[in-house]
Amino acid sequence: MALGPVIRRGSPRFGSSASRMLPQARIAGPMPWVIAIMIALTVMAAGAGLSLSNVAANARAEIAGGVTVQVVEGAPAARERQAQRAVIFLTGREDVLSVRRVPDEELAALLEPWLGDSASQSEAVPTPALIDVRLSGPVTGRRLRDLRAELVREVPAARLDAQAGWLAPVFDAIRSLQYLAIGLVVLLALTSIAAVWLAARSALGSNRDTIEVIHHLGGTDGQIARIFQRSIGMDASLGGAAGLALGVGAMFVLGQQFAALGSGLVAGGSLSLGDWLAIAAVPLAGVLLAILTARITVTGALRRML
Amino acid sequence: MSEAGDSIVQFDNVGLRYGTDREVLSDISFTLYPGSFYFLTGASGAGKTSMLKLLYLAQRPTRGAISMFGHDLITQPRKSLPNFRRRIGTVFQDFRLITHLSAFDNVALPLRISGMGENEIQKPVADMLEWVGLSHRSHARPATLSGGEQQRVAIARAVIARPEILVADEPTGNVDPEMAVKLLRLFEALNRLGTTVVVATHDVHLLRKVPDSLIMRLDKGKLSDPTGALRYPPKRDIPRREVQP
Repeated sequence: MALGPVIRRGSPRFGSSASRMLPQARIAGPMPWVIAIMIALTVMAAGAGLSLSNVAANARAEIAGGVTVQVVEGAPAARERQAQRAVIFLTGREDVLSVRRVPDEELAALLEPWLGDSASQSEAVPTPALIDVRLSGPVTGRRLRDLRAELVREVPAARLDAQAGWLAPVFDAIRSLQYLAIGLVVLLALTSIAAVWLAARSALGSNRDTIEVIHHLGGTDGQIARIFQRSIGMDASLGGAAGLALGVGAMFVLGQQFAALGSGLVAGGSLSLGDWLAIAAVPLAGVLLAILTARITVTGALRRML
Repeated sequence: MSEAGDSIVQFDNVGLRYGTDREVLSDISFTLYPGSFYFLTGASGAGKTSMLKLLYLAQRPTRGAISMFGHDLITQPRKSLPNFRRRIGTVFQDFRLITHLSAFDNVALPLRISGMGENEIQKPVADMLEWVGLSHRSHARPATLSGGEQQRVAIARAVIARPEILVADEPTGNVDPEMAVKLLRLFEALNRLGTTVVVATHDVHLLRKVPDSLIMRLDKGKLSDPTGALRYPPKRDIPRREVQP
């Protein structure tokens, strides 16, 4: 019998045989399912965060430079006169991009949910005249004060507010929800790391004999870690694909329901191609995180062996 | 470290204890030479397995110095040890076959660890299985093999990569006398190719089967030297055999 050659080459990869080194549980084991749930929740949280970010960005762009003028005057004729004077005054200014007098019918339609049909009966409940103004550049506090002072000199019944001012609580709420989404993504990532760490520790324990044999036959920490990385990487890939499908499916259903609301604010939350690519990167990041966690866990445990 | 010369292994005043228990090996000093055949004997509990653990680098000594292949192992960084282990073939007393791998895959393991391609390993592994009489069982899992068959797979795994040192712990304990002789002939063949062989056994009949072998005897963790194997210069000439290519 011819004995084989003496072989000792660095720290090569096992190649395709690595998949046979550990018994594989695959979908029969809990790991792919745990990762699928984590990825699905992360995809939903990331999607919600990105959507809220778009809502806020669109709303900010829409009301940037926006100012609302109310002419509060009880007598209809005087109110109309002052409103026309305000429109003329504002239209003549160089720093004003557009001026739109909100028609009385539109105002009545806005108030109808609260005041009922009486809102359309012009004098049953006196309502202020509304003028939607768009300034060039951002509305600073000083600019607002100066404009208000000049307008009131011309139109004593005029009251002027920045649209961003009364939408500030909405933006604060959106920002809080964004922080919540980021927090959820971070917590889910930490939970995934913990789950993979536990799985790797458990796999280390149940395959200790195999590891010791490979170790005694000259297997390096890197070779042994790669066996586990491969195993957990496969689990994470399966779980990641399932989680992505689940998460995107849930987002699609929610998106349909929100779209049915017909709200302009909600419509601004639709996701761009970049957002979808970011969401598609979640399972990839999950797989990389799982592989990295497995490597750190396994090499840490192996270092305790000679 | 002294007298290393062309030695392959040298132990200097090595002691080993597990935890805070008394030493299981005390003041062990010896030199092994390339191409020699050694038997390590002693009663159960004498420390044979502990000594072999030091030899196949499963354990560091608690004191003393060990040199192997001309390198001081005590100062070697941990990451360099796999390269030493690949030069050592080990037959474990409890075989330590990987239960979910076939006999073929168990034997192929050292070659895969060394980075041989799948098409390179087919023939040497098949030849080795044929030599130990297990060609027909190459796809069998260890659980379906008898004790003797498992032992032969373990031996095939230990010698497949032609190690420079072969360390075998009771390698013929579970095989019939005919197979025991056949396995010893395999060790001798490997020995003729230049491999230093260390076989731990309590079977005194086995010692007579290899006339040129040298004997180290362990008694309660202390080493004695009935054939002068450990002296320097040795009591008798260490067999020098032509190394086959």
